[in-house]
Amino acid sequence: MSTLPILSIIIFLPFLGVLLLSIINSSSENGARNLKQTALWVTCLNFSVSIILLINFDKSNPDFQFVEKYYWLSSGISYHLGIDGISILLIILTTFLMPFCILASFESIKTSLKEYLIAFLILETLMIGVFCSLDLVLFYLFFEGGLIPMFLIIGIWGGERRVYSTFKFFLYTLAGSVLMLLAIIAIYMKTGTTDITYLLNYDLEPSLQYIFWLAFFASFAVKVPMWPVHTWLPDAHVEAPTAGSVILAGVLLKMAGYGFIRFSLGMFPIASSYFAPFIFTLSIIAIIYASLVALVQKDMKKLIAYSSVAHMGFVTLGIFTFTLQGIEGAMIQMISHGIVSAALFLCVGVVYDRIHTREIDRYGGLVNRMPIYAFAFMVFIMGSIGLPGTSGFVGEFLVLMSLFSINTYFAVFATTGVVLAAAYSLWLYRKVIFGSLIKDDLQDIMDLTYREMIILFPLVFLTIFFGFYPQPLIDIMEPSTTQLISNITDDLTLVMPSTIERRVY
Amino acid sequence: MSIFIPIVPEFFIFLSAVTLLVVGLFVKNIKLIINLSILALLIAIVLVFMQSIQTVFNNSLVIDEFSKVMKVLILMGSLSAIVMYHSSRKDLNIDLFEFPILILLATIGMMIMVSANDLIAIFIGLELQSLTLYVLAALNRNHLSSSEAGLKYFLLGALSSGLLLFGLSYIYGFTGNTNLNLISTTVTSGNIGLIIGIVFVCSGIAFKVSAVPFHMWTPDVYEGAPTPVTAFFALAPKVAALALAVRFLVVGFGDISFDWQQIIIFLSLASMIFAAFAAIAQKNIKRLMAYSSIGHVGYALIGLACGTAQGISSLIIYLTIYLAMNIGVFAFILSMKNKGDYFENISDLAGLYKTHPYYSLLITIFMFSLAGIPPLAGFFGKFYIFIAAIESNLMLLAIVGILASVISAFYYLRVIKVIYFDENKNSFEGFNSRSLNILINPSAFLILAFCVYPVPLIAISNYAASSFF
Repeated sequence: MSTLPILSIIIFLPFLGVLLLSIINSSSENGARNLKQTALWVTCLNFSVSIILLINFDKSNPDFQFVEKYYWLSSGISYHLGIDGISILLIILTTFLMPFCILASFESIKTSLKEYLIAFLILETLMIGVFCSLDLVLFYLFFEGGLIPMFLIIGIWGGERRVYSTFKFFLYTLAGSVLMLLAIIAIYMKTGTTDITYLLNYDLEPSLQYIFWLAFFASFAVKVPMWPVHTWLPDAHVEAPTAGSVILAGVLLKMAGYGFIRFSLGMFPIASSYFAPFIFTLSIIAIIYASLVALVQKDMKKLIAYSSVAHMGFVTLGIFTFTLQGIEGAMIQMISHGIVSAALFLCVGVVYDRIHTREIDRYGGLVNRMPIYAFAFMVFIMGSIGLPGTSGFVGEFLVLMSLFSINTYFAVFATTGVVLAAAYSLWLYRKVIFGSLIKDDLQDIMDLTYREMIILFPLVFLTIFFGFYPQPLIDIMEPSTTQLISNITDDLTLVMPSTIERRVY
Repeated sequence: MSIFIPIVPEFFIFLSAVTLLVVGLFVKNIKLIINLSILALLIAIVLVFMQSIQTVFNNSLVIDEFSKVMKVLILMGSLSAIVMYHSSRKDLNIDLFEFPILILLATIGMMIMVSANDLIAIFIGLELQSLTLYVLAALNRNHLSSSEAGLKYFLLGALSSGLLLFGLSYIYGFTGNTNLNLISTTVTSGNIGLIIGIVFVCSGIAFKVSAVPFHMWTPDVYEGAPTPVTAFFALAPKVAALALAVRFLVVGFGDISFDWQQIIIFLSLASMIFAAFAAIAQKNIKRLMAYSSIGHVGYALIGLACGTAQGISSLIIYLTIYLAMNIGVFAFILSMKNKGDYFENISDLAGLYKTHPYYSLLITIFMFSLAGIPPLAGFFGKFYIFIAAIESNLMLLAIVGILASVISAFYYLRVIKVIYFDENKNSFEGFNSRSLNILINPSAFLILAFCVYPVPLIAISNYAASSFF
């Protein structure tokens, strides 16, 4: 097993699927079916490979595993892959969500199905590559490359304002990322390598750390997204096709959270500690502001998009507490958000496929005709609120607890976000599901089909399962997170002995 | 005769051109002339490879690693231009046997420019190239815009040649030498007369590479000239003029780089910023490519401004990738034809992916690569340029360059938007042209494959840059 380049396999398997799809004749009688089946099987196969990866993963080892390294651009810039307890969870999240995306597109995509599936499989390759890269240039390659398929997915198969949204998405993200590229080059000039394993243990001088941290922050803040650069997200979400929203909320936002943990914390701990209050402030503004904006939305997808901004605010809060609970809470919040918000977008897609509107006012009383749907939707709404017993609770609780131990004021403000989340989520649920069924076009709406149940019920199960038993997640990430924190603490005590104490106000 | 052995490639092209000129008068078979001139260029590439490193004519021409690599790039550019001409000569009404011969003559001029190590050789090479380019721009003489392009290019080009010659005379006057190696031994920093000379020469070169503020001719000439000529303008002369600038500044004035660095920095900054904004409003795809080439020259000049081994090497990588992208895009533009009519507006591409999904994919690759999005080759071109800039502490250039690349991404994306997001309008039959496919497919392949196996190009460019340092 050790000789097989399993990470390369898991990255490039979807790409092989692309080659396979491109030779299928889509205009023949069974063409569309063949395309869908092929794409579905490729993503399922990739998921099973990631399960093999998980089985072979050594949970007690905090270092990078399954390492592959080949000469690429220069001796300092290599094709270097490897995963630890933090990245493996996000890889599995990605491979897990992909089959659902393909399934969810079975009925809703009518035009250019082949190109659509190809774009998704290329996107999968790039997303997994982001989480596997142990080289900054390689990371950047995958991170930015993802813009190309996403640009096309939103632009070709999106809604009415798709052109505006996709340009906004592309240019915002690109503008954020290019500064990171300059920082990567500067790091390369400074240290002679872009190898992440080396840089994690390299002590940069603080003055440089601040600059590099800000450059990386520009990229990740746009991607997470943080207030005030979050405005591309609601537009992109609203116009993207259902599966596009799922991937956007489920995985693309997580790249930035992962980036904060791996790079900002790992490589620039002093700058991270220095800027932590700044991050806290922005995150809390994001949580409260996005929640308030969500309250007045008329469009279901837009509401969920704003709730994503708020939820990702908890992630950034947790990451910059520098505590074990905080970072683990942020990780669980990311996984939970990946499941719950992806599922919420799928739920919107279910009713959108039926009556082609996302306007909240056009719905009401769905529980009468769609009881199964109402149940699934309820679980995800509860997960979004963070009700105890759902996965959303675990993450938010850990984050708030660790934040409380650092600064009570920040914690108090952050907690209001939970209340507001309950307000907008329950309001959405009441307007769509409850009430009397008076709208004409809803009179003969049908409940979930088997295909839709297959999509939603695994997610229902996971939302509840991780709510009661998050231990498997924690077991996997604990050693790596502990090592990360001890590295940070060493660096901080080395340079500024008083910092740790001072940060507890 | 042995004195001619070191310049066999140039001499061979010269003999071919003269012979073909005579043959063309008697044999009314243009296809034969085209094939023979392509053959001549291919043989010249082989001859360039076989050359040994030496100096010729009392050190006024140099054959070194740099000139060999640049000559191969130029020959590739000329070759592509002739192939493009072949595919379109009948429909564009430029079915003249002189075209390939003029390209051959221009190629000789450019090869001399690349090798020139003496002020006089520089001027001879530059003028030989320029005069043929003026004729080429006006080749479609029955067409108003082509004649206009030719005349405009001639007038402004003559002016810039005058500036250049004026600058060269100043340099000769203040150093007493015409040979770049000898000049480099006598230059001193802060010599005002010398600086005036350098400024004038840089202005002349900036005109040839169409760097802002000497870019005015570019959009009009690009639009007016027949498309194969435009493609040729975008490919070979840019490479040659940049190579000339590199040798002139690095060999002749490498020790006083402080004096000329800021000129190049200004040209580079102005080109990048201006092109990024000006291209946004363009509707004609040839004009768009004109502004795009202005912007790309701005990036290439960053490498020159560094004046270091890394800078020159990154410039060579950038030029090579630029060449591949432009060959692809111009071959694509030439494919936009239907029943003998050529389309040049971006809006004509609307909904292209419904009728030609494969070629839409290829132009998408070219556009994303021009915008510098990873994992395509255009990204690595910029990546190496920025490495050089940061290594030389030119942070301003790096930051402005990278921000300009975000702005310019907008107009490249607009082309993709028209192709994919708009309703279908036209169907083109030009994509079935075999000769254009010979150009499009390999260049797309190179752009995609670079990220998988970048080692050869990097090795070649380091090899070429090693001749100066």
